[in-house]
Amino acid sequence: MRNARRTLIAALAVIGTLASATACGGGSNSLHSSGASGKTYTFWDPYPQFDASSAWAKLVTKCGTEAGVKIKRTGMDTSDLGNKALLAAQQGNAPDVMLVDNPVVSTLVEAGILNQTAALGLKTGSIQKNIIDAGTTVDGASYGVPIGANTLALYYNKKVLSAAHVDPASIKDWASLTAALKKVKAAGKKGITFSAINTEEGSFQFLPWFWGAGADLTRLNSSKAVAALSLWKQWVDAGYAPKDVLQNTQTTSWQEFATGQYAFSENGTWQLGNADKAGFGYGVISIPARNGGSAPVPTGGEFVTVPVQKDTGRYEVSKKIVTCLTSDANLLPTDTTLAYVGPTAVVQAEQVKRNPKLKPWVAAVASARGRTSGGLGTKYPTISQSMWTAVQDALSGGKSPRAALDAAQKAAAKGDG
Amino acid sequence: MTLARVDRRQRRSPARPGAAGLDDRKGLPALRRRQGRRSRLTALAFVAPLLAYLTAFYVYPLYRNLDLSLRDYTVRSFVAGDAPFSGLDNFRTVLDDPTFGPAMRHTMVFTLVSIVFQYAAGLALAVFFNRHFRLAPTLRALFLIPWLLPLIVSASTWSWMLNSESGVVNYALHLAGVAPVDWLTSPHWALTSVIIANIWIGIPFNLVILYSGLQNIPGELYEAASLDGASAWQQFRHITFPLLRPVSAITLLLGLVYTLKVFDLIWIMTKGGPGGASSTLATWSYQLGFGTLLPKFGPGAAVGNILILIALAFGLLYIRVQRRQEA
Repeated sequence: MRNARRTLIAALAVIGTLASATACGGGSNSLHSSGASGKTYTFWDPYPQFDASSAWAKLVTKCGTEAGVKIKRTGMDTSDLGNKALLAAQQGNAPDVMLVDNPVVSTLVEAGILNQTAALGLKTGSIQKNIIDAGTTVDGASYGVPIGANTLALYYNKKVLSAAHVDPASIKDWASLTAALKKVKAAGKKGITFSAINTEEGSFQFLPWFWGAGADLTRLNSSKAVAALSLWKQWVDAGYAPKDVLQNTQTTSWQEFATGQYAFSENGTWQLGNADKAGFGYGVISIPARNGGSAPVPTGGEFVTVPVQKDTGRYEVSKKIVTCLTSDANLLPTDTTLAYVGPTAVVQAEQVKRNPKLKPWVAAVASARGRTSGGLGTKYPTISQSMWTAVQDALSGGKSPRAALDAAQKAAAKGDG
Repeated sequence: MTLARVDRRQRRSPARPGAAGLDDRKGLPALRRRQGRRSRLTALAFVAPLLAYLTAFYVYPLYRNLDLSLRDYTVRSFVAGDAPFSGLDNFRTVLDDPTFGPAMRHTMVFTLVSIVFQYAAGLALAVFFNRHFRLAPTLRALFLIPWLLPLIVSASTWSWMLNSESGVVNYALHLAGVAPVDWLTSPHWALTSVIIANIWIGIPFNLVILYSGLQNIPGELYEAASLDGASAWQQFRHITFPLLRPVSAITLLLGLVYTLKVFDLIWIMTKGGPGGASSTLATWSYQLGFGTLLPKFGPGAAVGNILILIALAFGLLYIRVQRRQEA
């Protein structure tokens, strides 16, 4: 009797083990088979802030319904999305449609997990060239449709500037900007906030100055690049910019600006909504280039992509979903919600008509450059990492700008080979 | 196994008196055998969940990590799963990297300094609370707070406190007339700052274990010592410390393994920066694998394996010390 009971327990233990093992293995299978039946399509995006009740989620659902399928949407953190996509592709269960940040596109293309838009028959003719270029490879093939674009400019606090007797219109180049910062500091306020953190955000924020000096990403230690880094270092050393820019994300940098103590903040289109809530008058100017004019700024924003599937029959529906999401009629509300600039002339015109404050941003996006454009592709991530390390080394006082950028160039060249 | 069973049967059978019936003599060994096989199967069945658990959550990930570190993975071959075997190339890349030396040094400094201060503070507090004064249990409970807080909360709080612009620490320094310190943004201070935060987090662990160790020291010893006129210091030096040695060894070695792999605290506070001034092997490994837009899985896994090797060395040391204590 006792024996029988023991056997029973043992059998239960084995069954339990087997059951949990099959449950683990079955996870991917069930996902796939439900997809193969053609009823459910998986959709990933980097907007975890939008829940099922948001306008964005409703639009995604609607586009699925119009294409005759049910969409299972998953929003995840933008920094996780690239790696999750690689893992999913390795396991053979990549999502049917995926929104990714534009510099990630070239990495995913390199991994061979994205379909060309031309091969899918997606029309991208109406999209502004420099925006779609951010997701285009060396051979000129594009691998996604931009959902919208954003970029960087300088927000300024009207009250702080007028108290320091600075006319924002007088800021034309680096020298006049530095002079303005000096006046602001002399008036007892703080100068400028930006993000020089050791992640992609830091590189994104440094690029307008780097490109504005005329430097090129293929040579990080050119004298022009040194000039750009020296500008930032000069600001931090003189106290025009706080030392904690080294830790600031673009969000925390904005929070500093929102205290009302700072004259300027280098920040993005997406802060417009918060700017209205900040409780003080603000204005926007484009980031000046070293010797005058607007500096080229990096393109931000996501692309709608269609990852490679074993069952190519699924592309027909995926294409319908992408077309629906990127139609002018649907782009307008999406880009309004995200505070992005639309990727097509039609959407941009309509946006400016509704909100004239977007005008400088449309101009800025028009002159923006893709980070992975110009043949850099997957070389960009390595270059970017070397660049943000150099920025950190120089601003923290660990190395001179020249020495930091020399080391960065060496590291970037090594990662290249 | 079979041999042993045959052996046993042969030895036992003659011992049975011949009076037993033919049926019985024939049936008994068969029954025994069946029972033996059954009990072995039962034993295996009981072990199965554990084996499956160990395989799924320890052996397989370790094997995958080793495999990752021995192959030349690019994003393409990662997805396709056809990365060529590259031997120790990833390890060579990692060892040649200018980041390796500083990261190794930071790991050692971080671990050793953290351990020494955690242990010293934990021991001092344990001895202090062992005096059973009023409010002692309450205060002791308060000291456990760092342990109860989720690490992301304590790390973010430290990060705010040490902020060079608006941090409360610099404010206090300012009130005391001391110039502000760039705790997290200066290459000279970043490592110190994360070590201070880590010591704070580690003290409760040391306090709890050492305090429970103190409970096991018989009170008579102290009574006898005080009758002999031993001072408080002499009591500590000659009674408390020697009798606490086994507990101390375990505390230190566990702390060592725990501290070696600390990642979240540093990542939340400095991300290894500024410019690698506080990067350890753990943060570097993460940086390689997930910190950029283009993951470098091979070298990242190689750094992870080096870290596992170091932890393993200390783990073996721990087992040896434990064995010697038991002997």
